[in-house]
Amino acid sequence: MADPRLVPSQAPRVVIVGAGPAGIRAAETFVQAGLRPVVVDEGQVSGGQIYRRQPAMFRRSYATLYGLEADRAKAVHASFDRLAGQIDYHPDTLAWNVRDGVLHIAEGGLAKTLPFDALVLATGATDRLLPIKGWTLPGCYSLGAAQIALKAQACAIGRRVVFLGTGPLLYLVSYQYAKAGVDVAAVLDTSSANGQMLALGYMASRPAVLAKGLYYRALLMARRVAVHGGVTPLQIEGGEGVAAVRFRVGGGEQSIACDAVGMGFHLRSETQLADLAHCDFVFDADLGQWRPQADQDGRASVAGIYLAGDGARILGADAAEISGRLAALAALKDLGRPVAEAELADLRRRQQTMGTFRRGLAKAFPWPADLAKSVADDVLICRCEAITAGELRQAATGKGAPELNRAKALTRVGMGRCQGRFCGSAAAEILADTRDETLAAVGRLRGQAPVKPLSMALMREGGS
Amino acid sequence: MTARFVRIAEENRQAVEIEIDGVRCAALEGDTVLVAVLTRAASLRQSEFGDGPRAGFCLMGACQDCWMWTSTGERLRACTTVVAAGMSVLTKPPPEALWPIPA
Repeated sequence: MADPRLVPSQAPRVVIVGAGPAGIRAAETFVQAGLRPVVVDEGQVSGGQIYRRQPAMFRRSYATLYGLEADRAKAVHASFDRLAGQIDYHPDTLAWNVRDGVLHIAEGGLAKTLPFDALVLATGATDRLLPIKGWTLPGCYSLGAAQIALKAQACAIGRRVVFLGTGPLLYLVSYQYAKAGVDVAAVLDTSSANGQMLALGYMASRPAVLAKGLYYRALLMARRVAVHGGVTPLQIEGGEGVAAVRFRVGGGEQSIACDAVGMGFHLRSETQLADLAHCDFVFDADLGQWRPQADQDGRASVAGIYLAGDGARILGADAAEISGRLAALAALKDLGRPVAEAELADLRRRQQTMGTFRRGLAKAFPWPADLAKSVADDVLICRCEAITAGELRQAATGKGAPELNRAKALTRVGMGRCQGRFCGSAAAEILADTRDETLAAVGRLRGQAPVKPLSMALMREGGS
Repeated sequence: MTARFVRIAEENRQAVEIEIDGVRCAALEGDTVLVAVLTRAASLRQSEFGDGPRAGFCLMGACQDCWMWTSTGERLRACTTVVAAGMSVLTKPPPEALWPIPA
């Protein structure tokens, strides 16, 4: 049944934020229904992060760039290219606020507004990080960064690279570097093989994906890359740049020389716009993260807002395509357009399999909460403003900060220009641990507009 | 200074001349400013909080660790800015006298 409050008298104004797998499938779905969606993309070219496209003058093949995902990447790109002329595409454009049914964007130095009847947020994710002593040294990058350097710029982040963290991206990026001929000094996984055995039952729900993971590992072994599980990273050492990674494994301490580190512990959703739109959030205990609440098709708690892809819930690229289509179909249904119930049922069923697999991944490669809690007092937790874990602990107890936003006001952790994207996960763990509270009890950093820094020179469209 | 990034493919592109700290150098068409700088230097800037040099972190426009300056005083995010001929970037902020940014 259409929601009468949502059915506009003229052609509905549909806006999508993001042009990765979720945003592209949502756009395609609206076009098939005869609508002309507006697509706002922070990227200079469509594709998002995992299927990020190289600049136009680069010549590497899909097989070189995307490996086992080449056909998938090609299909997503081709779908978007076919939409040319049927959508209003705004690349290189930042969506920086949502208020009262209007999306605010910054494009080419101009601040513009996009009123909408339906807004699909397909905002994607960034790496989930926790601080390790020395992680601000030049040469230390996120896993996503290491992958972007390779895919979008044909560069390695260094000559000899250690990959550190946990989760599927750790092995994928290590494999991509090894395959490209870069010296991978070691792969250091904080998870142990035990968890991976326990999670096999869940991960068998997607045998092809499980097989890919095993293939990546086999290739690393074949190239004689040292892969260590159950690692406790101790320090990224160096003076003016990365020189070595020191870690503990199997009761002994080791140090591996390198000039670059790629690190990451799964992903975290970009949820600021959903927050600014006043969507309700729920705590996902499996992941230890908050996410905007959505029904099985992606409807948020606020009418007219739909959530898709990793920005809604970290389920990966294949699931993002499904959820992009589901969210658009949900929006169409609410707008009074006919939608095939059989297809909805099929998409929901496929999405459930994705959820089962992801639960398995979370068990196989758990977020190392203890590592975050035990970050030493002198380690910089805030990269933006060089604030230490000790300062946060002091605010938690000495100044009595009961939750993250108060701690932010007192310490500025989360107030710097990354707006909590890279310190937020660990800050929550440290605050909860110091105050002997649950992670859910210390809350989450509220989204603030603009969601990324805007230029002081930004002009209002049509203004003077 | 030693280069941090290593080019592993796609080196057959048109050269684009830019200036880094007043020194003329050749980048390649399609390079981001971050790549143009880090394929010849080890860092992009100094942290304003005295904890040493920085060279970017996320490369996807999220962490804002790669802000540099243009010689006319604007800030730019090196990982999402593509090089253009004649561009002039600085690894240190220009003198305060340049504030406010000339129109």
